[in-house]
Amino acid sequence: MIFQVIRAVKRYGGAVALGPIDLSIDKGDTVSLLGTSGAGKSTLLRMLNGLVVPDQGEVRFRGAPIVDAPAVRRQIGYVVQGGGLFPHLDAGANVALVARFLGKPEPEIAQRLDELCELVRLPRDALSRFPSQMSGGQAQRVGLMRALMLDCEVLLFDEPLGALDPITRFDLQQDLRAIFTRLRKTVVIVTHDLHEALALTARALLMRNGQVVQDSPVAELIRAPKDEFAARFVKAQA
Amino acid sequence: MIALLLVVVVGSKQFTESVVLGELCTQTLSAQGVPAEHRRELGGTRVLFEALRSGQIDVYPEYTGTIQQELLPGATDLAAALDQQGIHLGRPLGFDDSYAIGMQREVAARLGISSITDLRAHPELQLGFSNEFMQRKDGWPRVREVYGLSNAARGLDHALAYGALRSGAIAAVDLYSTDAEIPKNDLVVLRDDRSAFPRYEAVLLSRKGLAPEAARALERLEGRIDQREMIDLNARALVDRIPEREVASEFLQRKLSLQPASASDRMPARLWKRTREHLFLVALSLGAAILAAVPLGVISFRRRRLGQFILGLTGIVQTIPSLALLVFMIPLLGIGAGPAIVALFLYSLLPIARGTHAGLTAIAPELIESAHALGLPKGAVLMQVELPLASRAILSGIKTAAVIDVGTATLGALIGAGGYGQTILTGIRLADTALILEGAIPAAVLALVVQGLFELVERFLVPRGLRL
Repeated sequence: MIFQVIRAVKRYGGAVALGPIDLSIDKGDTVSLLGTSGAGKSTLLRMLNGLVVPDQGEVRFRGAPIVDAPAVRRQIGYVVQGGGLFPHLDAGANVALVARFLGKPEPEIAQRLDELCELVRLPRDALSRFPSQMSGGQAQRVGLMRALMLDCEVLLFDEPLGALDPITRFDLQQDLRAIFTRLRKTVVIVTHDLHEALALTARALLMRNGQVVQDSPVAELIRAPKDEFAARFVKAQA
Repeated sequence: MIALLLVVVVGSKQFTESVVLGELCTQTLSAQGVPAEHRRELGGTRVLFEALRSGQIDVYPEYTGTIQQELLPGATDLAAALDQQGIHLGRPLGFDDSYAIGMQREVAARLGISSITDLRAHPELQLGFSNEFMQRKDGWPRVREVYGLSNAARGLDHALAYGALRSGAIAAVDLYSTDAEIPKNDLVVLRDDRSAFPRYEAVLLSRKGLAPEAARALERLEGRIDQREMIDLNARALVDRIPEREVASEFLQRKLSLQPASASDRMPARLWKRTREHLFLVALSLGAAILAAVPLGVISFRRRRLGQFILGLTGIVQTIPSLALLVFMIPLLGIGAGPAIVALFLYSLLPIARGTHAGLTAIAPELIESAHALGLPKGAVLMQVELPLASRAILSGIKTAAVIDVGTATLGALIGAGGYGQTILTGIRLADTALILEGAIPAAVLALVVQGLFELVERFLVPRGLRL
């Protein structure tokens, strides 16, 4: 069991934004958090790595509550829209930031950078570019490399392909799918694109108003939506 | 012997006569084997008196009238009242620096006027007085009342008064009785035959704890400087532009047969000394301010409530007029570079703290979230992500503080901190434009150099990715 969410509730200014939610995600699961804007998808995702702390209930990672958040987060890769790269560091330094902080030897870092460049199909010389010199697709690939740098078992994505043009988006989607299949990671992706969910993940969690409406294989969500909202969500993207 | 090893610190106020007297004390002491140092142009009466009481200085020239009116109002026995405060009142030096009324010698002779009473016979004469003299209770209002004068009097700038006197537009002006303008404009001082003006006899005030050798050495000045002599000393310094040090040295050789060591005060050496002092003030205050204000900026960013309080407080410090802040420092820290550095430090806090706060606030929240999501602990997020991203704003705050510092440090001279301000002060006192510029130009150049320097530093400290 990787994640276990137990009766978790998050409020913003008194209003319940999320929950109460019960949920578990097993090793090797690939999960899409689907839903309209404001459904609580990003809040739920951020609860998983402790960026959002629930007001009630708890989140367990590998069976234990999150106490030392930084240490837990180093075991969970996290990719946001646009890559979330630090503009003052070049691509290589962005990817290696935490490894260097942990005191990993430079040859080891260099070797890992080579592997990752190959994996995400980024030309080696792009590592010396600064974020402002990169295209959106490149920045996203570098963001992915950064999440994979420490070879964690779990990857969280917050609308990873949201801001990209259709062609880049398609290419990157294909690459992500290949990488997921190859690395067999536990993956949680926030998206509102059903096609993306279908292409990248096996399990879908459809959310609405802070609640999980349907938790099923993506294919089943499409074939047999549980309620009227689920049906409309599916139909809108057919 | 031990007492002799301590340097006697002589203070002086911000006008030429006081500086000349301070120089006379200093050289009298050192010519008799007592090491002495002159803290010149420290400020006004309050500053000097407080400095003496707190032992920051050992002796300074004062006037009985000032003691009576400003320092110990209501005291009947000055010596006893001062004694209670641990201060020794010396015997008079021999001259009076009171208010006086002066006329052109030739006009006074023609009209047969030698005393203020004589003015009553000439109610047609126009009088021109400085605005202060017009206002002060012991000035024109008192003279008019004591002598029953009906002459028309108008206020005008002191510098213009002599021109008006020469042109005949006015017949008499207010003076100090040891004014250098007396010989320069060939004036006579009208006798105050009804004692309308309080007496301002020059005396030395010294700490009672002064070494006996030093006290004895200073006694040699008592009764040795008469009215004419002081007018002459003032005129040599103010009109002939001879440095006070030389004016004093010449007097001591002539009147007291002392041989003061002659120290030269040449321009390049002086400029270098002032530059060193100025840089010292700026470097120390700015360095300390960076160490304090960057963390303050970080705390303000992390804790919004506390931040508003901190930034508000540093903002309030900023609104205190620099002169007032410097004077507030004296009772706490005395005089010299120390209090000036503290004042400059306080002034530098706001730009740096605000720059740091603004730089951190401007960072996109998703970047900070990304840094946390990577699993960096808080300290590492600050050092590796937040501060580098805010570096440009922080540096620009430091740059602002540095430029303000260079300018404000010139005021440090008012409390004896030295620096370019000392040269400017002396220039203002002597109405010597060249000397004012000798302080003002290097101060302006230094501000530009500091600005340029920080632009260079920016190249090294602001990460390249932020400069693309």
